[in-house]
Amino acid sequence: MTVAATNASAPMRPQSRPRMAQFLFAAALCLAVAKLALPDGLVRPPDWLVWPFADWFNAVFSFIRDDLGLIHVTRAFADGLESVLDVTANLLYGKNRWPRLGPIPWSVIAITAAMIGYAINGWRLAAFAGLTFVWIAAMGQWQWAMETLSVIIVAAPVSVFLGLLLGTMGWKSARFRLVLNPLLNVAQSLPHFAYMIPVVVFIGVGAKAGAIVTIIFSVPPMIRMTMLGLQKVPSEVVEAGHMAGATRWQLLRHVRLPTARTELLVGVNQVIMQCLAMVVLASFIGMPGLGQKLLQLLQALKIGRSIEIGITIVLLAIMLDRCSKAWAVKQPVHLEKGTSWLMRHKLLVIWAALVAVFWALSLVFPILHEIGRRDALSLAAPLDAIMDWIIGTLDPVTQWLRWFLIVWVLIPLRDGMLWLPFSAVLVFLMAVGWAIGGKRSALVCLGYFGLIAMSGWWDRAMITVYTVTFAVFIATLIGFPLGIWGSRSKARAQAVLLVCDTLQTFPSFIYLIPVIMLFGVNDVAVVGAVVLFAAVPLVRYTIEGLRGVPEAQIEAADMSGATRRQTLWSVRLPLALPTIMVGVNQSVMFSLFMVIIAAFIGTQDLGQEMQRALSSSDVGKGLVLGLAVSFMGLMVDHLITVWANRRRRALGLS
Amino acid sequence: MRTKLFMSAAAVALASVSMAQAEDSSDPIIIPTHNWSSQIVMSHVVGQIFESMGNSVEYVSTDSQAVYESVRLGDVTLELEVWEGAFGPAFEAALEKGGLHDAGDHDAVTREDWWYPSWTKEACPGLPAWEALNDCAAQFATPETGDKGRFLGGPVDWLKHDQERVDALGMNFVVVNAGSASALWAEVGAAERDKRPVVIFNWTPNFVEALYPGEFVEFPEYVEGCKDDPAVGPNPDMTYDCGNPANGYLKKAAWDGMEEKWPAAYATLKRISFTNPQIAEMAKLVDIDELEPEDAAAEWLETNEAVWKPWVDGGA
Repeated sequence: MTVAATNASAPMRPQSRPRMAQFLFAAALCLAVAKLALPDGLVRPPDWLVWPFADWFNAVFSFIRDDLGLIHVTRAFADGLESVLDVTANLLYGKNRWPRLGPIPWSVIAITAAMIGYAINGWRLAAFAGLTFVWIAAMGQWQWAMETLSVIIVAAPVSVFLGLLLGTMGWKSARFRLVLNPLLNVAQSLPHFAYMIPVVVFIGVGAKAGAIVTIIFSVPPMIRMTMLGLQKVPSEVVEAGHMAGATRWQLLRHVRLPTARTELLVGVNQVIMQCLAMVVLASFIGMPGLGQKLLQLLQALKIGRSIEIGITIVLLAIMLDRCSKAWAVKQPVHLEKGTSWLMRHKLLVIWAALVAVFWALSLVFPILHEIGRRDALSLAAPLDAIMDWIIGTLDPVTQWLRWFLIVWVLIPLRDGMLWLPFSAVLVFLMAVGWAIGGKRSALVCLGYFGLIAMSGWWDRAMITVYTVTFAVFIATLIGFPLGIWGSRSKARAQAVLLVCDTLQTFPSFIYLIPVIMLFGVNDVAVVGAVVLFAAVPLVRYTIEGLRGVPEAQIEAADMSGATRRQTLWSVRLPLALPTIMVGVNQSVMFSLFMVIIAAFIGTQDLGQEMQRALSSSDVGKGLVLGLAVSFMGLMVDHLITVWANRRRRALGLS
Repeated sequence: MRTKLFMSAAAVALASVSMAQAEDSSDPIIIPTHNWSSQIVMSHVVGQIFESMGNSVEYVSTDSQAVYESVRLGDVTLELEVWEGAFGPAFEAALEKGGLHDAGDHDAVTREDWWYPSWTKEACPGLPAWEALNDCAAQFATPETGDKGRFLGGPVDWLKHDQERVDALGMNFVVVNAGSASALWAEVGAAERDKRPVVIFNWTPNFVEALYPGEFVEFPEYVEGCKDDPAVGPNPDMTYDCGNPANGYLKKAAWDGMEEKWPAAYATLKRISFTNPQIAEMAKLVDIDELEPEDAAAEWLETNEAVWKPWVDGGA
């Protein structure tokens, strides 16, 4: 450590960073090799280093809850939210609450969706939005889908509003930002289950708890995009506002926020996507609807019918995504002065007329009002047959693959990870940090993993690290070539990206069952499920990175007579690498989320303990485990961001 | 629609009965549902019985372990299936903290133990004796367990002490814990394709019985004290040298405030008691006949009026 101190105080010469990193690498190696001779305190965190964080968290929570009486505040807030949820629940699926008007006939909702689609982006979106609802009704999923939507249409606006509020505050006050940024970082890398436990304690279970978890999960991107958008508003625009004599509020409301419109709408889009991503997970704490039904069907091994629900969730996601994106780029229409009221509100009038017509029709033909399960269509039989066929065909291959991976790869890797002394791992991570970002990064790495060591979950954390590392490695092997292939033409890129979107919004729980059927309950199944998820961002960012390479650079390479291969390896890939690394970063994040969900297959890592914490409502333990996972993600994020920024600067891309 | 018609008819018929008893609160009774079908149908059956008595009922899906915390706080009103083996510990823990109480047992008995699907018997004819299972342990080997057999247990938080039993009986098995019940069924489903022998953790009453016939492994019979006292059971030095009780309880639990708030419904709840065949029937309506839980419950009520009417009338 003395070396580190002297080096830091002296002005750093360019070669001192690699030298220090090499020294640390060597030290890590020595610690690992000399394991048998090491004192126990260097092999596993000694008792004095393991702090009872969980007990502290629990003490703080019970103090806040019982002594400060926050539980009454949160419960009151939740009751307020619930009364709003009751209204949407009544309108959409006829829950017996005020205003007791619902349920609105499905045909009316479908036509409304189509009209919104048309108003935003014309016929194609209209058809897509309308048909999505027709599909839902025809498949007999109306009730569940409306239960889900009744929560989302409350949660998403609340989330957008909170995001705007907090984002604006963060933009205004640097001090607030100082608190907000680390909180956002942790919130975006904390596994979902970790904050579901406090919600159960403070709010209870049911639709309101589902709504609140959804809000908590979807608000961070909105906050970030609000801050980003407001920061990017050009000073000329603000000056123009000043000159027009706007007050501070008017300036914000009429000048700054509209100028930041594009970023804000990207934020809205993110909120909607996150809401749909939570549909299944929130059902663990009582959110009704599609997610709950999906878990029930999976429990009964009805894969075909759960895929049907998965398709519905994907369709809803794509529809809302398209609508919000189209809304983002749509410019306000300005009509000539003197246009009549009817002309100005043409679409509104048509909509009102159609609603009246369909409502009347649905009274005559009940099938337009509600399609019962008995009349509904089902794709379950063919879907099940396809799944059976796929599994049956792949089975001989997977049997061998499973044996090979378990015996020759996974068990040795895992034993190796668990064998490593924790001190060696810490020093190694410092070495990596030092090589990438110097002393600061080394300390960041030490800080994050040091805390994990202090949490007392070292062995389980190492199993999580091993699963994620291996899964990201495999995902790179698949995703990288696929990304290169996909970037060749625009049409191909679009097709591959559509598959990526679908895979990403398709509820991850559905993967678990086929993966178990193929590989059995073991680490191969876990890795398999994680890889499916981890490959998506890799493909996406590889495509975006490669297609984003400036045309001039490629032309220059062509002029100097480079072959396609040379262009790829010497020009396009190096230039795209910083973007691709962002994909790797995302891939690690996705893996960390998925590895926790894969605990439902059966693991011995942090996810398994998290599941236990959830079922025993142990807030402290859940948070400690969640933070351990979050710190892994944040460390990787830090390293990759530092590296990518340096690289971009070196390439002159920023 | 059919459900509603039937329910309103039942409500009219029963109005006189419920009027006689103390007034129930008009607030909804919150019934938790979990992720297995018999419990969901049973919840709807009981919910529709309450509705027929003029109460309003709402259902909320919750985690089957975390639900006891919610019952304790009154967020949900009752719990209809407290399994001795799976939820006993969570229930007892909540009981100790206070806020909920035992509202009586069902007639049904539960059994949770090592189980195999019927095709396993071909590979290992001596079953269901546990010694025979142990002799063909190699048949159950998987890559990760080497030459030992693999027993696929339930999630660790079910606290089944399988490892202790393997140690106590000196069995040639490795316990691998699945992460969820679905993982167990998926494994059986996959094994069915090539009739691979498997032994997993299972319980009855359960829908899987209808999908995959099978049997429980017969371990040394459970005797009181075998789990705490090493001297009891075949192995004199170790505990857990026996099977699980073959007749575990299936309880109902209620929030402490229920009796006061909904006295009539509470009295009915105390009388409600289902048997194993009735529970299996409810599961079958959903899992095999593909009815929705609400419809399944209505159908069950329609065909079993003689069973549930006395619970409401108090003449049981």
